[in-house]
Amino acid sequence: MNQFQYVRPSKPQAAIEAVTKDANATFIAGGTNLVDLMKRGIATPQKLVDINRLPLNKIEKENNGLRIGALALNSAVADDKLVRQKQPLLALALNAGASAQLRNMATVGGNMLQRTRCSYFYDLAMPCNKREPGTGCGALEGINRMHAIFGFSDKCIAVHPSDMSVALVALDATVLVSGPKGERRIPFADFHRLPGDTPEKDTNLEKGELITAVDIPDGPFTKHVHYQKVRERASYAFALLSVAAALDIENNTIKAARLAMGGVAHKPWRLTAAEQVLVGKPATEATFRQAAEVAMQGAKAFKHNAYKLKLGPNTIVQALRTAAAAA
Amino acid sequence: MSSETDKPAGHDESRRTFLKQSSLLTAFTIVPGPVLQAATYELDEKVAAAFEKVSLKLEVNGVKHKLSVEPRTTLLDLLRENLNLTGTKKGCDYGQCGACTVHVDGQRVNSCLSFAVMHEGKKITTIEGLAEGGKLHPMQEAFVKHDGFQCGYCTPGQIMSAVACVREGHAGSETEIREFMSGNICRCGAYSNIVAAIQEVKNGGQKV
Ligand SMILES: Cc1cc2nc3c(=O)[nH]c(=O)nc-3n(C[C@H](O)[C@H](O)[C@H](O)COP(=O)(O)OP(=O)(O)OC[C@H]3O[C@@H](n4cnc5c(N)ncnc54)[C@H](O)[C@@H]3O)c2cc1C
Ligand code: SF4
Ligand code: FES
Ligand code: FES
Repeated sequence: MNQFQYVRPSKPQAAIEAVTKDANATFIAGGTNLVDLMKRGIATPQKLVDINRLPLNKIEKENNGLRIGALALNSAVADDKLVRQKQPLLALALNAGASAQLRNMATVGGNMLQRTRCSYFYDLAMPCNKREPGTGCGALEGINRMHAIFGFSDKCIAVHPSDMSVALVALDATVLVSGPKGERRIPFADFHRLPGDTPEKDTNLEKGELITAVDIPDGPFTKHVHYQKVRERASYAFALLSVAAALDIENNTIKAARLAMGGVAHKPWRLTAAEQVLVGKPATEATFRQAAEVAMQGAKAFKHNAYKLKLGPNTIVQALRTAAAAA
Repeated sequence: MSSETDKPAGHDESRRTFLKQSSLLTAFTIVPGPVLQAATYELDEKVAAAFEKVSLKLEVNGVKHKLSVEPRTTLLDLLRENLNLTGTKKGCDYGQCGACTVHVDGQRVNSCLSFAVMHEGKKITTIEGLAEGGKLHPMQEAFVKHDGFQCGYCTPGQIMSAVACVREGHAGSETEIREFMSGNICRCGAYSNIVAAIQEVKNGGQKV
């Protein structure tokens, strides 16, 4: 691993300045993604700005919603009473990710910014436009079993690996950011990017911008929720595909619905058209099938991931069925 | 403890020799440095840039240490190579196996994915610190009783994780135990015996 300087500011402004001023400086939170990438030589920062002592780990009620600090641990959020009561979908998605030990280190901000698990991105001997712009995409004609079926470009077909983000996009969260030019709020759906011609950029966060918190508005999704994750072993593995489903049901009629998929695109994939299909209909298998069909419109597979075209709708139906039955 | 017995299978001596020679760590050199102090309070760039090593205060298994480390030293390497606490194992070094699990301020973490300097002022507990007054911790006893291991390589990590699993309240059922212990891989497949050990401790009512 390359050598680097290490600083540990106690004020957000100092941290932002340190990263803004230095082209090769970066924040470190839990380190569970960054240290991994540094060990492999994929990330080579010259300066690490440790943000763990910044006062950004609170989980609290804010206006008509929840505010979760960027440094709140994934385990703390998943176990939090308020979160479990108001946004149980988020707790389910968090507990489906990584392991208990990793969730004790991983932070909310770091989770959103974790990089893809595309094996070509990880293999320094292979071309990868995300790791080294202009070198080509190894996955396009390679083993693309784990890759995208929506929103990809000919420059990159990687998927975003975060489970938490799938729940957050479904719950209409907003990312609070503080940077050299001041503060701004980014709707979660606009936080991550599609690859287009610049797959090296995962998100719309600018250099030096620090995520300070995530806001989730209160909603009716306190009971009929489910996070269905399909992976190659029962636990502790990244998703082949996942579905976050949240329903508000009254007299067996769906009053409101939220649906998002993970493991299918360069960003957590909100399924608004399918949500509209669900609203006003009875919570039945036929309704769920119809929504799943609409959700999959425009999906396109590569050589090794055609299974996702079947797995996708089936997982949507299963997630909706389980959410509807949740007591 | 000889380093030979602690080598992960498949790793040759050169790795260990390399680590020692390149002196990623300087054991017990006390740098009475204002390095981190300054960095913590006002981010003094000059001070931070002037030194290669930073001073680090840690408490490990009840013993206070003042160390000087390169920032790139992981907590795992610090424990094993610097403090000679080789009970904590290096399996994958990438957060994928759980062999390196230790407690930081009572919380289980993967020590391989964390830089030691990030734990300034924290209390670390490793497998060596679990027994009290020469008496095995109830979880250690249960692992012995239920044969919760074969080769033993994953065992320190399993035990540290198991203790935390019970303390966290995530050992309510076999399903919950399996889910919340999934961060500890055992290539010998001792899983069912590990679950039995955890259940016994959970149901035994001893202080864990
Ligand atoms: C073996 C393994 C299995 C895993 N399995 C899963 C899984 O199944 N599902 C899943 O979702 N995840 C999984 N993960 C990924 C894990 O969730 C992420 O590594 C973790 O959430 C990252 O958070 P962190 O705080 O450790 O980030 P760090 O590694 O500290 O940082 C990641 C990036 O975010 C930046 N950053 C961090 N915080 C901020 C902030 N507040 N503002 C601006 N920038 C910031 C850093 O500069 C860095 O670039 C797994 C990881 C491992 C190692
Ligand atoms: S899919 Fe994206 S991350 Fe993977 S090799 Fe292609 S460019 Fe790189
Ligand atoms: S050595 Fe840390 S998880 Fe494998
Ligand atoms: S006992 Fe051999 S790896 Fe678990």
